[in-house]
Amino acid sequence: MASIDRGKILTASQLRGGTVVFLARNGRWSDHIHEAAVALEPVAVEALQARGREAEAANIVTGAYLVEVERRDGRVTPIHIRERIRVTGPSVRPDLALQPSPALLEA
Amino acid sequence: MYRYDEFDHRFVAERVEQFRDQTLRRLNGDLSEDEFKPLRLMNGLYLQLHAYMLRVAIPYGTLNSRQMLRLADISERYDRGYGHFTTRQNIQFNWIALADAPEILAELAAVEMHAIQTSGNCIRNVTTDHWAGAAADELADPRPVAELLRQWSSLHPEFTFLPRKFKIAVTGSPHDRAATRVHDIGLRLHLNDEGERGWEVVVGGGLGRTPMIGVTVREFLPEDELLGYLEAVMRVYNLIGRRDNKYKARIKILVHELGAEAFRAEVEAEYARQTAALNGIDNAELERIAQYFAPPPFEKLPRWSPAYQSHRAGNAAFARWSRSNVAAHARDGYAIVDVSLKPEGGIPGDATARQMRAVADLAQRYSFDEVRVSHHQNLVLPHVRRDDLFAVWERLVAEGLDAANVGQAGDIIACPGLDYCSLATARSIPIAQGISRRFADLNRQADIGPLRINISGCINACGHHHVGHIGILGLEKKGVEFYQITLGGSSASEASIGTIIGPGFAGDEVPDAVEKIVTTYLALRQEGETFLAACRRLGAEPFKEALYATHH
Repeated sequence: MASIDRGKILTASQLRGGTVVFLARNGRWSDHIHEAAVALEPVAVEALQARGREAEAANIVTGAYLVEVERRDGRVTPIHIRERIRVTGPSVRPDLALQPSPALLEA
Repeated sequence: MYRYDEFDHRFVAERVEQFRDQTLRRLNGDLSEDEFKPLRLMNGLYLQLHAYMLRVAIPYGTLNSRQMLRLADISERYDRGYGHFTTRQNIQFNWIALADAPEILAELAAVEMHAIQTSGNCIRNVTTDHWAGAAADELADPRPVAELLRQWSSLHPEFTFLPRKFKIAVTGSPHDRAATRVHDIGLRLHLNDEGERGWEVVVGGGLGRTPMIGVTVREFLPEDELLGYLEAVMRVYNLIGRRDNKYKARIKILVHELGAEAFRAEVEAEYARQTAALNGIDNAELERIAQYFAPPPFEKLPRWSPAYQSHRAGNAAFARWSRSNVAAHARDGYAIVDVSLKPEGGIPGDATARQMRAVADLAQRYSFDEVRVSHHQNLVLPHVRRDDLFAVWERLVAEGLDAANVGQAGDIIACPGLDYCSLATARSIPIAQGISRRFADLNRQADIGPLRINISGCINACGHHHVGHIGILGLEKKGVEFYQITLGGSSASEASIGTIIGPGFAGDEVPDAVEKIVTTYLALRQEGETFLAACRRLGAEPFKEALYATHH
């Protein structure tokens, strides 16, 4: 049976380029949601937010915020459609997707 | 068209250098995001869902080929090879890097363009009739007044921090193609019995979460009083417009809360207080501006073009396109060409760099170097010789710009919606694509006749859904998109706000719902009756019956 976790990840826009990034497990910012650190506990969520504030203060990213996600067999999918589109790129231009993951929109 | 003078060039160039410095300071951390955000917005740079978005002003929707070519270049060099023409007659680039933005503005400045007045609580880019200076029914070209208003309002110190954004639309034609009754101020030109020009001043229209039709505060304002009077309107709004609640801050709320008569009295009192020195337009300045909009050197041509008639007779596709996309011009032998940016299943308003270059080339060869952007998200070649229409059409066919659907079911207005916009609650574009495919049969579209389908992806109504004959508003409940349908809206001279017909629909149900509405119309219409006229005659009942009798 698939293991399903619900938690939160931290996303932001890269300051210089404006592209969507996620705070990754290795502490860096990644283009790929599947590398995102998923916080399952309130303490872990606070830690993500603290890292976001640091990265904003260091002018690496801007507009950091938490996103609710589901992790199923290691694949991370936002719950809300807005965030799923933010991950995949415009649903009407799959050719422009940074990380083609049509499953995210079908979820 | 208007050309920058020395002052304009210097002003825009200085602005670019200011923004270059501000951006550098943001990137090296001297400015925080809170400090920088209002500065980038004043230069049209938004942070959207996927990236920064740059909104470039196209004053009153008029471009020359050089400017269009520059937009194409920018889309390729700094974006992803396309741009999106908007319901504000502007263009948006969706994938801009902050670090590139100052250089893009410098490249725009070199062709007399900028992104000022495309954001913030100021007087925004002035819009007008996309057929200005060409339409057969026009009293006079409204663009000199639009340009005068642009110059007056650009960074006007008193009106830079209004309670909320402020939009002005101007039309010089009795047939309102500029949606003047749903703008903060709409100006409509009239001539009196002596042939003198006067402007009807309509105030307090708007869409968004509280849609309203504007009220006429002056029926016939002599042209030389225009700026003084508008200044009085702005001053009343600036002083007593609400600042306590963003959603109650537009001038339409002030007009509504005070009542039209009390609002008019406030404006007239303010106008009477103005000193003579502040009153009146500098007529010499208006004449100077008007020279830039002098008609191009039209040839004296016969009204009928045998070549055009012969091509129409011999080519059904060209004939169909001519019926829907070619409009009457004020000059014999010329026509207005609407270039539809609504191909079957396409993204409304999007144009590739190649398409922009093609339109620029057509403008240069066939339309006195002029292109227009319409608030319907199409392009216009305003002055094409009828003899040249077939050649223009052949090129449009080659570029995928020949959709023969202007003003019909496939000519759908849609905001970027949740596919791009951080404010959106639902997607708009896929809904437009679904309807477009459903009504792909051009003969059927022609049979249905004039039909405006407008789609917004949130209550802010950038897709003008309230004034669609069929309006569609995308909303979201518990993470699921759904769509509310309104009927009977119009932004034309007899403007009206559509009424909600009933419970909403899932996205994939919307084409069926529109189909049922249209089928009901076709069954019940009288001889020659348009969709809008039938809606007004029949009311909502038969459409509700068709939609909800089997839908739960």
